[in-house]
Amino acid sequence: MNAIVEWFTDPANWTGPDGVPTRLGEHLFYTLLALSIAALIAIPIGLWIGHTGRGGFAVVSLANSLRALPTFGVLVLLANSFGIGLAPPIVALVVLAIPPVLAGTYAGVQAVDRAIVDAARGMGMGEREILTRVELPNGLPLIIGGLRSATLQIIATATIAAYVALGGLGRYIIDGLSVRDFAEMAAGSILLALLAIVTDLVLAGLQRALVSPGLRPAQASRPRPRRLRAVA
Amino acid sequence: MIEFRGVTKRFPDGTVAVDALDLTVADGCVTVFVGPSGCGKTTSLRMINRMIEPTGGTILIDGADIMAGDAARMRRGIGYVMQQAGLLPHRSILDNIATVPMLLGWSKARARARAAELMEIVGLAPETARRYPNQLSGGQQQRVGVARALAADPPILLMDEPFSAVDPVVRESLQDELLRLQAELGKTIVFVTHDIDEAVKLGDKVAVFRQGGHLAQYDEPGHLLARPADDFVDGFVGRDRGYRGLGFRSHRLPLGELTTTSLGSPAVGNGAWTLVVDDASRPQGWCARRDGADGTAVTAEHLVPGGTLYDVTSGSLRSALDAALSSPSGQGVAVAGAGRVVGSVSADDVLAALASARAEEAAA
Ligand SMILES: Nc1ncnc2c1ncn2[C@@H]1O[C@H](COP(=O)(O)OP(=O)(O)OP(=O)(O)O)[C@@H](O)[C@H]1O
Ligand SMILES: [Mg+2]
Repeated sequence: MNAIVEWFTDPANWTGPDGVPTRLGEHLFYTLLALSIAALIAIPIGLWIGHTGRGGFAVVSLANSLRALPTFGVLVLLANSFGIGLAPPIVALVVLAIPPVLAGTYAGVQAVDRAIVDAARGMGMGEREILTRVELPNGLPLIIGGLRSATLQIIATATIAAYVALGGLGRYIIDGLSVRDFAEMAAGSILLALLAIVTDLVLAGLQRALVSPGLRPAQASRPRPRRLRAVA
Repeated sequence: MIEFRGVTKRFPDGTVAVDALDLTVADGCVTVFVGPSGCGKTTSLRMINRMIEPTGGTILIDGADIMAGDAARMRRGIGYVMQQAGLLPHRSILDNIATVPMLLGWSKARARARAAELMEIVGLAPETARRYPNQLSGGQQQRVGVARALAADPPILLMDEPFSAVDPVVRESLQDELLRLQAELGKTIVFVTHDIDEAVKLGDKVAVFRQGGHLAQYDEPGHLLARPADDFVDGFVGRDRGYRGLGFRSHRLPLGELTTTSLGSPAVGNGAWTLVVDDASRPQGWCARRDGADGTAVTAEHLVPGGTLYDVTSGSLRSALDAALSSPSGQGVAVAGAGRVVGSVSADDVLAALASARAEEAAA
């Protein structure tokens, strides 16, 4: 326990290329990169199959079979074929993130009440307007839910980047393991957990900001009387 | 004008929901489609704005085939109100109403200004503008649905059982409101319901459908009640149709004398009952003879509530008969202008008037 505290209080661990800020930055970079690519692929596909109802079964089955792929195995395979570099771990993480994002988006659009879509069409919205102005905003809670679970999985799994000689918080765990520095390994794990918690809180905030108040349970969104603030 | 010419809808599963329908909906009128469940009312209505495409025949709006041109664009020119208002849950009430103007490319400010105007027209409090659909009652949601359909001022309004999900009291006020709006706006309204009372109340013309999308009778509501075309219509129009039919007959009624008094004065006259009126001679209630016979002043405790009032300007025999039947004295109170008492009507007078109205019709 003391050793872990010591690790955290050692100023040497907070600077330089192996310092916490750098590693944290790298980890965040891998996460955001993989998440963005996964979202760019999975959200449009999810929206489309959710809207048309066509190919849903095939795509969801495919996504589920992706889930069964061991991420570490994918990484080793890619590293063997394409060599060391950023691409193999990012691709492995994208493969990991696509299923939850795709499933969330598809489910979000599917779950929008068909009567609402029918009303939108009856008012003269075209298919594109129905998708972007009705199904997307109404499916947003589930879509963001899919992004949140993908993000958590990416953060936890991005440690594998360290196996192919890249950075990120995984470095502490792998380097610590190789020299049997358990304090360093523990510190790496703690940082990872903290990063996951903070990121999820940020995404939860984003969800609150983006999802229309009309989609919250009616009671919670009734405008509350504004409290008088004391003049400081 | 909306014309159905031999319109048929056969669904892919083989169900023929509408079979060779010929019908013309006149401009500026409320036309009601009524009939038992599953008889093809919704299908007929939704074919007008191409939410369902006919498999045979043609539908013309002002002489133009609806199948020419872009469906979404033509729907923007036709107001559509559904049973469950179908409001967009993620948009505020104001933005829900502004939907079609925004689709038509109006500026946000202009669309919202128009939406605010419509909220007032349909009787929605301004403070509901910022709320979301899940924070409104069913009745309020239906008002929003009507406002939304009217927002871009379309000449045609399609309404599919818009008031069937609210309680009878709210339904009645929404119906009255619609009639008031229609008197102002003069839209071409096609209204679907399975409630014959609603149909005869709202319709300038009523189309009674029978199973399989066949038109059983297409007539003015008064004629429908007086002369059902066949047993099916007779059965559908219902038991009280004779009484309800009186609502569509108006005839001049001889008004009887009515002795009145006011609070604080003694009851007068020879009858058993005296009508108590206020300063503007509006009816307050009835006072029984024994309570004021000794010349003591009539007080509020003596008042017995009156029945319904017969408005002579409407001339409806149904309201005259109801006024007579619901009055404790048997004398229906006839009012005019600002609710001023002008005389009395009796059930016998109404029946006599009915007889002479019939005689006149037979002679004509
Ligand atoms: N998409 C569809 N596929 C197959 N059959 C359908 C479809 N929609 C409606 N029908 C059938 O067509 C017939 C007419 O349906 P429609 O919805 O027009 O009835 P309705 O008069 O509006 O009835 P209700 O008063 O219950 O609303 C019914 O028998 C119904 O089952
Ligand atoms: Mg229907």
